[in-house]
Amino acid sequence: MNAIDVRGVAKVFNPGRSNQVEALSGIDLSVESGEFITLIGPSGCGKSTLLRLIASLLSPSAGSVQVNAKPAEQARLDRDYGMAFQTAGLFDWRTVAKNIELPLELMGWSKGDRRRRSAEMLDLVKLGEFAKHHPSELSGGMQQRVAIARALAFSPSLLLMDEPFGALDEMTREHMQDELLRIWGETGTTVVFVTHSIPEAVYLSTRVVVMSPRPGRIAAIINADLGDRTAATRDDTAFFKKVTEVRVALRDVEG
Amino acid sequence: MNALKGLSAPLAAGVVIFGLWQGALSLLDPDGFVLPAPSEIVGALIDNWDEVYQGTRITGFVVVSGLLAGILLGAAAALLVTRFRTANETITPLAVAVNAIPIIALAPIFNNWFGLTSPRSNQAIVVALVFFPVFINTARGLVRVDPSQVELMESYAANRWRITREVRIPNAMPFFFTALKLATSLAVIAAIVAEYFGGRQDALGPMITQSAGLTRYDEAWAAVLAGAAIGAVLYGVVLVFERVAMPWHSLIRSHREEP
Ligand SMILES: Nc1ncnc2c1ncn2[C@@H]1O[C@H](COP(=O)(O)OP(=O)(O)O)[C@@H](O)[C@H]1O
Ligand SMILES: [Mg+2]
Repeated sequence: MNAIDVRGVAKVFNPGRSNQVEALSGIDLSVESGEFITLIGPSGCGKSTLLRLIASLLSPSAGSVQVNAKPAEQARLDRDYGMAFQTAGLFDWRTVAKNIELPLELMGWSKGDRRRRSAEMLDLVKLGEFAKHHPSELSGGMQQRVAIARALAFSPSLLLMDEPFGALDEMTREHMQDELLRIWGETGTTVVFVTHSIPEAVYLSTRVVVMSPRPGRIAAIINADLGDRTAATRDDTAFFKKVTEVRVALRDVEG
Repeated sequence: MNALKGLSAPLAAGVVIFGLWQGALSLLDPDGFVLPAPSEIVGALIDNWDEVYQGTRITGFVVVSGLLAGILLGAAAALLVTRFRTANETITPLAVAVNAIPIIALAPIFNNWFGLTSPRSNQAIVVALVFFPVFINTARGLVRVDPSQVELMESYAANRWRITREVRIPNAMPFFFTALKLATSLAVIAAIVAEYFGGRQDALGPMITQSAGLTRYDEAWAAVLAGAAIGAVLYGVVLVFERVAMPWHSLIRSHREEP
């Protein structure tokens, strides 16, 4: 079963008005369960829009989005999604543990279950001792880890991330990539991940979706079949060849 | 501990100002009606304690009741306006129009509505003056949320009321308390000025006009001092509530530089 089926999707913002934008056109994309897909492309090519369409935070102007073999809207109501954005978007008024428990509260978990779960998730992102802290006491990288823990807390079948590491420095970023891959390996979640960084896309994903702008289209889909990622992967020639392949595809796009 | 530290600086400043005031007057020795010395004001306060105390109670009641009603109405209107589109389209322009009226100038007219010696008209003035800053600031805080927090809640299929409760209301708290601090001083000014035109005759406002009319400036100043005390106490109460309601906020302040 496919986790995501995007069929003939177009998105026009402000149709019929002077500020009309054709953000996406003719998008077809199928994602298998357990895949790690990255969306890459020049800024404004519709990556975030495509992610929000999959999340049913926007509805398409044409075409259909199916998630877990049902309409995206239904998948959202069934709480199939975990989401993370470029800004961690933590709630300052909640402690770190309470932030992670927020989706669980909405889903009616008991207090004990919530406590247990947030403790587990904090261990997973290695922030166990920060449960009672408030977000403003944490560094940017730590906040982003809490946001990921929150997105994963209820074991959603789909994890949607929009440039979640965009604001992090290079060292933290690589560390977070390894953590995300470890978590992905442990949970088997399907991931759709938006990024600006070519090495990040190649390192993380099973497939890289290269998008072109005006209107946003899928220009190429590149398999990143590099096997298990290890410390050596980033220095591998196969890795560099993939990076070059994606770079060439992007160069064609930006023309 | 922190509260004590916060108080010590203004207290010291107060001592210095009153010291300079007293010293300058004893050096320059102007006519008594220009400005009485702090010692004379304190003397008048002690001599007229019963009247000042009674006036403070009357005016304090007008201030507190008007303030509470204004805050409640302002916050409720802000919630309505941000929750329902039609409410926004009717209440917001109305509130802006009302705010353009110099409300304090309505005091003599309100007296006719509610009766010359009734405190109702003064309360109404206070409510009208407090309403606007609370309404505008709270509405701003309810709207200016991190859009990714709202999207996150929507991705959890949270309904609009839940989003209001979890995201909008906590986000509006700092805005709300900023408005309250403004409202406390506005309420005291509004009550006393409104009392110049009517309401109970044993309130602070009439005490000021009558004492000044009889050239008993030390007594007028004693009443002004009582009004300042009402404002200061209410401001302190707001600070305490702010701390209790937003324990996270002092953390944010200590970790991020705020303008
Ligand atoms: N809510 C919106 N209203 C109007 N235009 C929008 C909106 N969201 C995105 N757009 C436009 O759609 C295009 C694609 O935007 P986006 O998906 O954010 O691109 P990306 O994430 O690839 O940078 C851009 O031209 C952007 O200005
Ligand atoms: Mg984007």
